Amino acid sequence: MLTLLSIIFIAALLAPFVHRLCPKYTGAILVTAPIAMVIWLLKKIPEVGHGHPVTESFQWVEKLDLELAFHLDGLSLLFALLISGIGSLIVLYTQGYFKGHPQQGRFMMYIIAFMASMLGVVLADHLLLVFIFWELTSFTSYLLIGFNHNSPDARNAALQAMLVTVLGGLFLMAGIIMLAGAADTWRLSEIIQRGDVLLAHKNYLPILILVCIGAFTKSAQFPFHFWLPNAMQAPTPASAYLHSSTMVKAGVYLLARLHPALGSSEEWTLILTTIGTITFLLGAIMALGQKVLKRLLAYTTVSALGAMIMLLGVGTSYTIKAMATFILAHAFYKAALFLIAGGITHETGGETSVDKLGGLRKAMPISFACAILAGLSMGGFPPFFGFVAKETWLHALDHYPLLVGATVIGGAAYVLVGFAVGFKPFLGKMPAELHAHEIPLSMRFGPIVLGLCCLAFSFFTGSIGHNLVQPAATAIVAKELEVHLHLWAGFNKAFVISLITLMIGIGLYCSRSFLVATAGRLGVLVKFGPDAAYQFLLNGVLKFAAWHTRVLQTGILRDYIRVTVLTTVALVGAALVRAGGFQRWENLAPVSIRIALVAILMISATFATVHSKSRLRSILSMGVVGFCMAILFTFFGAPDLAMTQLVIETLTVILLVLAFHHFPPFRHGSKKRTRATDIIIAASVGITISLLVLAALHVQTPTPVSDFYLEHSYKEAHGRNVVNVILVDFRALDTLGEITVLTIAALGAYALMKLKPKKEEGGE
Amino acid sequence: MTLLPSLPITIPLAGAVLCMLFRRNIRAQKGIALFTSFLILLTSLTIFASTKDGTIAVMNVGDWPAPFGITLAIDMLSSVMLLLVGLLAVGVSAYACFDLDEPRMKFGFFPLMLILLMGVNGAFVTGDLFNLYVWFEVLLTASFILLALGGERAQLAGSIKYVTLNLLSSALFLAGIGILYGMAGTLNLADLAHLVKDGARGDLLTMVAIMFMMAFGIKAGMFPLYFWLPASYPTPPAAVTALFSGLLTKVGAYSMIRMFTLVFDSDPEFLHGLILVGAGLTMLSGVLAATAQYEMRKILAVHIVSQIGYILMGLGLFTELALTGSIIYLAHVIIVKTNLFLVAGAVNRLKGTYDLKKLGGLYSERPGLSLLFIISAMSLAGVPPLSGFFAKITLIIAGIQIESWAIVVVALGVSLLTLYSMTKIWAYVFWKPAPEPLPDLDPMPKGQWFVFLLPMVGYTVISIAIGVFAGPVFDYASEAAAQLMNPQAYIDAVLGGV
Repeated sequence: MLTLLSIIFIAALLAPFVHRLCPKYTGAILVTAPIAMVIWLLKKIPEVGHGHPVTESFQWVEKLDLELAFHLDGLSLLFALLISGIGSLIVLYTQGYFKGHPQQGRFMMYIIAFMASMLGVVLADHLLLVFIFWELTSFTSYLLIGFNHNSPDARNAALQAMLVTVLGGLFLMAGIIMLAGAADTWRLSEIIQRGDVLLAHKNYLPILILVCIGAFTKSAQFPFHFWLPNAMQAPTPASAYLHSSTMVKAGVYLLARLHPALGSSEEWTLILTTIGTITFLLGAIMALGQKVLKRLLAYTTVSALGAMIMLLGVGTSYTIKAMATFILAHAFYKAALFLIAGGITHETGGETSVDKLGGLRKAMPISFACAILAGLSMGGFPPFFGFVAKETWLHALDHYPLLVGATVIGGAAYVLVGFAVGFKPFLGKMPAELHAHEIPLSMRFGPIVLGLCCLAFSFFTGSIGHNLVQPAATAIVAKELEVHLHLWAGFNKAFVISLITLMIGIGLYCSRSFLVATAGRLGVLVKFGPDAAYQFLLNGVLKFAAWHTRVLQTGILRDYIRVTVLTTVALVGAALVRAGGFQRWENLAPVSIRIALVAILMISATFATVHSKSRLRSILSMGVVGFCMAILFTFFGAPDLAMTQLVIETLTVILLVLAFHHFPPFRHGSKKRTRATDIIIAASVGITISLLVLAALHVQTPTPVSDFYLEHSYKEAHGRNVVNVILVDFRALDTLGEITVLTIAALGAYALMKLKPKKEEGGE
Repeated sequence: MTLLPSLPITIPLAGAVLCMLFRRNIRAQKGIALFTSFLILLTSLTIFASTKDGTIAVMNVGDWPAPFGITLAIDMLSSVMLLLVGLLAVGVSAYACFDLDEPRMKFGFFPLMLILLMGVNGAFVTGDLFNLYVWFEVLLTASFILLALGGERAQLAGSIKYVTLNLLSSALFLAGIGILYGMAGTLNLADLAHLVKDGARGDLLTMVAIMFMMAFGIKAGMFPLYFWLPASYPTPPAAVTALFSGLLTKVGAYSMIRMFTLVFDSDPEFLHGLILVGAGLTMLSGVLAATAQYEMRKILAVHIVSQIGYILMGLGLFTELALTGSIIYLAHVIIVKTNLFLVAGAVNRLKGTYDLKKLGGLYSERPGLSLLFIISAMSLAGVPPLSGFFAKITLIIAGIQIESWAIVVVALGVSLLTLYSMTKIWAYVFWKPAPEPLPDLDPMPKGQWFVFLLPMVGYTVISIAIGVFAGPVFDYASEAAAQLMNPQAYIDAVLGGV
């Protein structure tokens, strides 16, 4: 599996180069990769069908227990076949759709990379690996939706889809990490055997909710559904592939996969059934009033995804069978209709509105034929596969009258959309300004194959049910079950309901112009919908960010210093309070008179420094502080230190005087209030540091390293002045560093004086 | 005794001196700088090879025994940091040779850059607290001059804020050293750790620790101490900003990790709790500030703050896995962020502006550059399987493991906003058509363009490689984290008479 997956990834990477070398056959060359996958999958059907999953595992990150682990069972097989099969058709379709487009190579790269990622999601057996591929599908879908990058709508839709799905992805990430923690394994195949452990775990509900949010955003469930119709900005091959048949089903897949692990609780049923049903109905009703081909399809896709979640939520083996069948049916008719819609738009020079189309049957007979097949299957007419799925579905919901009611409404909407997309553009009179041709050969494969599947699958229900649906359903419920699909199950309740649905649907289609007009009038409601909420939230965050930046980054140095200093004082103060306050006055040495005198001198000199209005006086007062320090050093028996201090202090004063001599006098002092604040801040720093130093004094040092210096300075380093020896020998490396500082400071001063910006640069 | 641990300091110094000797000859300076950078990389690789089994390379400078002289000690964390410096040195000096204007080169860009590298390397190898301070001074001075070099108005305004706030950090650092020395009578880190573990001066130590937290916090760009960064980073040329973004704040973060695992590990509930709160606020505030920007270089610069938050998050959580995450994040962000600045510089070179509103159309015009940008940007946002993903998920897993929910929520939310600001750059600069057509200011021939892009290609490959070879990367990082969590080996290696 890893090999095939890698081949598809490599095909994606090579796509731009293939396109450059032979632009006419890019699709034909690249399609070999997914076709290889299809063939391999088909060959595995018997083995998997008999309950022998194919597994594979390679070590990746040992310390995270992350393995490249893959697991092919019935559920993965069903999805993988759809992904690689429809994917192959899409690659071919793209060839014709983007004929002559300069960025066709890039599109191929994105869509094939997406295919590989999507295959990764359904094949991976390691939760983190699933997540990695999951995020990759979000990212590639961003690039695909924004492919028409010159259009601001496309860019916004791409961003929206990405933000919503990645937001969900983050919830999912937290969810799977907790899930793995609770189940004590990352392996999906092991997690699904620990349903009882998980159900009893204290984190069960958070895990369920987090995973659900992840799945719901990806699968466009209410209230996250809004990104999907907007994502129709993507080029049609991408819409057909990502937003109908594959990516949006990732959420459904994940929940189906985790059904044995998380699915046996009331919360599961409640959350999934409620959200699923709401989405199912909402999507169906919203579809009724749409005018644009792709949006009609998009809303029914939202609805179909809701239906799958709903069926999964009910969670009986019947509904799960129905769900698996419906996934199959939906993938065929929806992808086919998308491709046909894309073909129509492509061949009529960009027409997207249903009502402006008509009479294309003569110009596009092949498309028309395929459209009939897919449209009828979507509506659920016998003998199409959509009908088979609808029958199974209605039969499964036998004991849930409310859900049957919902199905009738939803199903009727599907009839309308099936007609509107499958028939309306081809029938009636062709508007005069419309010109159309049949789609080129490369674009025909998709609609023809998928359209035929819609019909042909009905006649092989036994084999399809046994080989595809049964293994998938078995994997979801995690126990043995038999699936028998029937085209004709007899004249029963389900059939009657089915018929009623069709009638209502046809009725709806006939009153479509009224529905569209009503929808136009109800358009105001969108202002209160989740799409508006998304905009509101996004703008809110942006506004908050701007406000936050304005408040914090004032650009005034004084503010910055204040914040820095006050933070320090506050935190040191907090530590002080936490240590139980300061209680160590008792052990201090007595203060002699001479020390007190020096101290008083220092303090007054400090005040003079701050208070003085002339620079020169400030510098001199500061010098006094320094010299007093030297005196203190001699009092405490450190003449070496005192000498050094004297030299440095003298030099500093002289240099400062020399430099400041050229400076203008102080002009603007600060306002009284600022000064008061500054005094308080400065005092608080001084007090805090003093307290800290006093506290530190109290600690008895074991034997300071300075004793070693005193002892070895003369004997080993041959120097009498300990300070000098420390500087040039014991800690010579420090001195090297400081010399370097001086050198580059000189270099810098020189450069700053000499190197002036050119006028036009410095002028702003 | 081997001299190896001192080479990361002496080689750039020698290179800088040579460059100064060839003051008038720019070509010679370029050659020397490139050659020295390669030597730095080579040395760091040698050191990496000799410490990757967990041995700690120790050297007592001047052969004065520890703790009396200055000891250099390189453990796995130091060694990986050195390696990153080496990688950065080579790429950035190559880029600078290409991109920097002549006056700046004439007035000492290369020696200053090499001295900066010397300071950074010194900070990573030293095992002595005061010596660390000295290296901080070296890199502060070098970076201040690099910032101001050129004397443009914005540069000067930025560098004043930079130097003032960083001097404040130095003052706090120095005061902290003084007090700590007063308490322990030693400056050797291992000796300090040793004494701290023996003598129970917990509450006092906590107070001193806060001084250091502030000093390093300013350097690292922690909330609310990061103001110097957005004020100064977006002003100098791209090569300088790239170098700074890769190194300066990371030295602060490194020192924080070093001190709060080796010396100040006695009160994790309060100190590391505080760091964790700081980390959360830092990532949040940084990303919000970036979201509010509409200038490519500013977005990237302010984002540095946010990423520092992630690095500190690992330290705040204070488990082995969390520190593993921090180390991977450090490596990842140094490479990726530097690369993004180089790409931004390339955009500016082509179009003459960093303004998102004026730029556009590069996706069609320059597919290669677009690819380099999007890979790095997505790596920064944590899209798998690039380097950023593994860094981030490790931290998240570590957070969930000890049920530190608040920080997990913040980290996840911030990563969404990171993605938002990266896609903002992508949409504005690359996807959107330019509002007014911007001709290429510097239409390079194909071969030259490729050479120009080479450092960026290199960094992009590294970012992908960190993801693909996450296994070995993880093994290394978790070994390094284990060393940090069990500092006894470090203490023994330094003090135990090597």
